[in-house]
Order: sequence, then C-alpha cells, then structure tokens
Amino acid sequence: MTEEELKIDKSTLVKNPKGFKHPHDELLRKEAIPTIYCPGCGIGTTINAFLEAITKYCTIPHNDVFVVSGIGCSGRASGYINLDGFHSIHGRAIPFASGVEIAQPKLKPVIISGDGDLFSIGLGHLAHAARRNIDMVVICINNAIYGLTGGQDAPTTPVGAFSKTTPYGKISFPFNLSHITIANGATFCARYTVYEYIQLAKAIGRAMNHQGFSFIEVISNCHVNFGRHNNLGDAIAMRQMFKNARVKMDEKDIGLDYHKTDITYEVGKGFTKIPTGIFLEEREKPEEFSERIVHAYEFKK
Amino acid sequence: MVVEQHQPKIYPGLHFKNGNWAIVEGAIISGIAEFFAYPISPASEIVEYLSYRLPAVGGKAAFIVEDEIASINMCIGASWTGSKVMTTTSGPGFSLKQEGIGLAYMTETPLVIVNVQRGGPSTGLPTFSAQGDYMQVQFGSHGDYPAVALTPWSVQECFELTIKAFNLSEQLRTPVILLTDGEVSRMMESITIPEEKEIEIINRKTPAKGTDKATFKQFDVTNQPDLVPPMAHFGEGYTIFGTGLTHLDNGVPLLDEDLHSKLIHRLFKKIEINKNLFPEPDLHNVDDAEIIVIATGISARSALEAINIAREKGIKAGLIRLVTVWPFPEEIIEKYTKKAEFIVAEMSMGQLIWPVERYARKKCTLVSRLGGTPPSPKQILKAIEELKQR
Repeated sequence: MTEEELKIDKSTLVKNPKGFKHPHDELLRKEAIPTIYCPGCGIGTTINAFLEAITKYCTIPHNDVFVVSGIGCSGRASGYINLDGFHSIHGRAIPFASGVEIAQPKLKPVIISGDGDLFSIGLGHLAHAARRNIDMVVICINNAIYGLTGGQDAPTTPVGAFSKTTPYGKISFPFNLSHITIANGATFCARYTVYEYIQLAKAIGRAMNHQGFSFIEVISNCHVNFGRHNNLGDAIAMRQMFKNARVKMDEKDIGLDYHKTDITYEVGKGFTKIPTGIFLEEREKPEEFSERIVHAYEFKK
Repeated sequence: MVVEQHQPKIYPGLHFKNGNWAIVEGAIISGIAEFFAYPISPASEIVEYLSYRLPAVGGKAAFIVEDEIASINMCIGASWTGSKVMTTTSGPGFSLKQEGIGLAYMTETPLVIVNVQRGGPSTGLPTFSAQGDYMQVQFGSHGDYPAVALTPWSVQECFELTIKAFNLSEQLRTPVILLTDGEVSRMMESITIPEEKEIEIINRKTPAKGTDKATFKQFDVTNQPDLVPPMAHFGEGYTIFGTGLTHLDNGVPLLDEDLHSKLIHRLFKKIEINKNLFPEPDLHNVDDAEIIVIATGISARSALEAINIAREKGIKAGLIRLVTVWPFPEEIIEKYTKKAEFIVAEMSMGQLIWPVERYARKKCTLVSRLGGTPPSPKQILKAIEELKQR
C-alpha cells in the first residue's frame, strides 16, 4: 500500500455523540474494560446476551445473581460484569458456585466458561452438579479449541480439524456437550450459535427462571485460533457458516434420541450441521438441591 | 428422612474420646455452617461424625462431594457468602487440594483445612500415622504464600486448636491448616469441654455500617492497621469480585509487576504483624537445658518422656514443642541456639529440621522414624546421651 492509501480519512470517523451509552453500561465493570477479546469474538456476544437476559427476560433481582467463571478467554467474563462475581481456578467454577448456592440458596449462580474448562478439566464437577440438580445456570461457550493458550485441540475439536497440536487433523471424536449434560441429569438444556443472538438471550432468560440445573451451549467463533487453521475465514464468515449450518430442533423433534443433536463438521467446509434450540425443559422438574436440603433437615420440634 | 431432634451445641464436661471427635466438637462450637469433604482415612471419622452432628445443631450442610478438589472449591464458595467452613483430608487429598489452597490464600478466604497426616509418598502407608506434610503445607501450592498451620499433640488440644484455627482464619482472613497426625486424631484420652460462655469465638470483619456499596473495595486495607481487609459477601449488594489473578484492591485483575509484588508482600506482612495472635511454643525444662529436643504432635509426647528420663539421669535436657509450625516461630530457636544443642524428633526423613537448622545456624541432630510409629523415648534418649558424651 502506498503512503497515500494508509492515511486515515478522518471525515469518515463518527464522533461519539454526547450522552451515548452502551445499553448495558450499568452492568459492566468499566475499570476492567477494554476486554482481552479479539475483535469479533463470540464471547462478547454471549456476555451481551446474558446481560440482555437478566434485564429483559428474567425476574430475578440483580443483587441475587452472581457470575462465576473458570480459566480461559471466557473465564475472564465474570470480571467484566458488574455483579457479584468470582474468577475461580481451571475447571472449578462449578464447585465454587455449588458451595455458594448451598450456603446461600437465594442466590442464583451463573457460570460463564469455556468448553475446555467445563468439559475437559472440569467434567467431573459438571456431571455431579447436574446429578444433584443444583439450581444454577451454566453457559458454556464452545469454540471447539483452547483459545487463550494459543489454539491447542480441545475435547470439542471435530474429527479432521486442524489445530496447533493436531497438524495432521484431529483423530479422536468430539463430545456432544448437550448430550452429556442431559445424560447426567440437567433439567434444562439449550444450544444456540452466536449468530442467533436474540434466541440466545431469550433462552438464557428462560434458564434463569428455571429452578434446577440449566445448561446452555453457545457455539462461538474463535476465528483467530480455530478458523485460521481451518480456512474458515474471519468472524463474519464464521458466523455466516453458523447461519447456514443451524438446524432448528426442539424436544418433539429429538424425542429420546439425543444423537440427533450431534454437530457435523466437514474438513474444508467447516460446520455443516448445528442443531440449535431448546432441547430439554423439564416442567415437572424434581426439586433443586438446596430445597431438598431444607426438607431433609426439617426438625421435629 | 427427618433428623430426630436438636442436639446440644456443646457437651461440657469430661469425656473419653478421640482427636477426630474433638475436632468436630471444636468446629461446631466455632459456628461451622458448611462442611464439604471426600472420605479418606484417617480423616473419615470427622466426616462421619460431623454429618451426624452438623444438621442437628442448625448447620446447613455436611456432605461428601465428588472429589478433594471440589471440596476445597465448594468451601471457598461457601466462605464467600459469610459462612464458616471446614474441609478435612489426609496426605494424598491434601496434595490434590493444593491449587485450591493457593486460590484461598490469594483471595484471602477464611477457611479451615484439617490435614490428618498419613504415610507417604503417594498412597504410601494408609492409614498409618506420619509427619511428612510440614513442607507441603508451606510449599505445596505454586508461588509464594504465607501458610498458617497449627499442630495439636493431645485430644484436648485438638479441640482447642480447632477453635483457635477458626478464630485465626476469621480474624486474619486467611486459610488455616490444622495439621494433626493419624496418631493424635485416633487415640482416645480424656478431654474436658468447657462451658460455652468460657470459649472465645471471633467473627470476621465486615464493612462498617454506612459504607457506600458502590465504592466498596473487597481488598482495600486503608485505615486497617492489621492489614486485614473487611470482607463483604455475595448477595449483599456490594458487587464484589474475587480472582486468583493478581488484582487491584477492588478485585479487578491487572497483570502488573509492581502490583503483584505489593500484593504478595502485603499478604506476608499481614501474617507477620499479627504473629502475636498465634499460639506460643510449649516449653518444658528449657531454662537450664544443655540439650533441647524440638518436636511436634505425637513425637513431642515421646520426646517429653525422653527428657524426663534424661533429667533423672542428670542430663539437663529440655523440650520445645512447636504448636504453631507455620509461620515458623524462629524467635524461640534463635533464643536458645547459643545455650543448647538441638535434637529434632519427627516421623519423616527430616522436614521440621530444615527451618530449625536455618534459624539455629548450626547442624542439629535428627531422630527420625518412618513406618507409622513415632520415635520412641528410648531412641530420643539415646540421641540425647550421645550428644552429651560428645
């Protein structure tokens, strides 16, 4: 490029109009911003969807919501949200939140963390929290890669996908996160891509109002560490891919065959089928854990 | 499933019980609300007895959880809501908890961890006693942190030091480790539980009344001469944030060299300036002693017998029993190092001897015995006599 072309045409810059505010300014911890995220990252979309959900689609007061996250890019999410929060160690966001929920049942823990954090190092805790039906919302941002550490393959990386540690293509099979969670006893389960922002926000709102273990899988784009190695283009191209790949499904379509929710990935093309929707919402749900404790310890007086 | 009746919070009077029982009673009188642990011998009795006692005295939960790592993290979570919490474990479980212990020190979380030591390394010699975790307590988790550890030598002290551990953890906003061994935890002897009003219970500092919730900072020590920040809890409207990352005093992470150095120095200084709160070493016949045995826990009981026999034989022997092992009571070692020779008796290849030699600035004699039995009085006496002849 010539020097002339590199010059910025200042006439195109839009000045920040007076009084302009982000709609969720109140709910963001301004001293922690700018975020560490790459431009176009899906984590920002997810955080925004969560903030939208707690302001518009749920009835729980903000004082009673608190956000826990583990380690990774998505692990930093709790730090940017101006609610009570905790940034725990790798994979241990769920036990931390379980401790809080058992000690203070009026609080609603929300876990925002990544697929590596929740399903690789922290899978044991997730399974047990779902089994106990602890009243919490787990938002798992699934970008199919370990992003923060530079793009190593995760348990969600599809077969054949390239990464820094699978230079000849991924060999082992990936997890179907929603399937695992339902199998372990979650009472609410949904999956959306970051393309479906409004549906995602509404689903998070529904999960917040749901009593019991709720799981939301967010298929997100890591165009820097996943897309780049697999020729999937930039953030917009990856979201376009999500748009084309998503297949709407609900409880009736799935029935009991949760393999129908499997994600399909083709080498060279990227994701070709991503079933999205609310996969499970148990309306006649069993009691959540802290209520069961109260009932179990009722004393004869 | 109904718990039959309320149990009394305290059973004052004389009992014939074991150390694990005393730890549970100490925790209950301290006001423990939640307890999460994983079964591991020789600490399992604590879990068993506490899960019977705690719900019946108004505690919220005493559970076995999925693993050791979950138990420490659940305790940290419960502590951040304002509860007093405890977890118990033994050697292998303590190793698993290490990352969580580091998090608790970094986020200044009040918490009591009971480590009933057993033979190691690895699965080692379950469930025989050992004293091999002194170094793990201070250096187990990565990075620098000021460990706090107390060691009882009797069933009575198991009760007293459990209360002390809760008080210290609340007062200093720090995890405290109660380091017992398989022997002390499981042996039975008489114990006197005092009346409830005679026991001092300390609760943590909370934000002063009228504190502005919007500007409150969770780790701010301005106007706190003891360097302990008041602790707000989840759900109180302070929008607090905690992280294991290097953080500003409002909890927001910032990866900065000076900030990190300042933070870690403050954590160490907090323990250092409050050292007067920790239990003093227990001294036996040290004033005129030429030979002093240094020991903790069950080994100190052998050592006491050994120095008594030595005194009968005309050897001026004494005993320093360390009650607080971390922060290491270096003053007492420095005070006696010029007057007497030191023998360290322990159930390991020599761990306590490291800090002792460091502060004594001379070579000390090690009496070590592995395999689950403390060094016998005879063994320690032999070392005393050999040192005397030299």
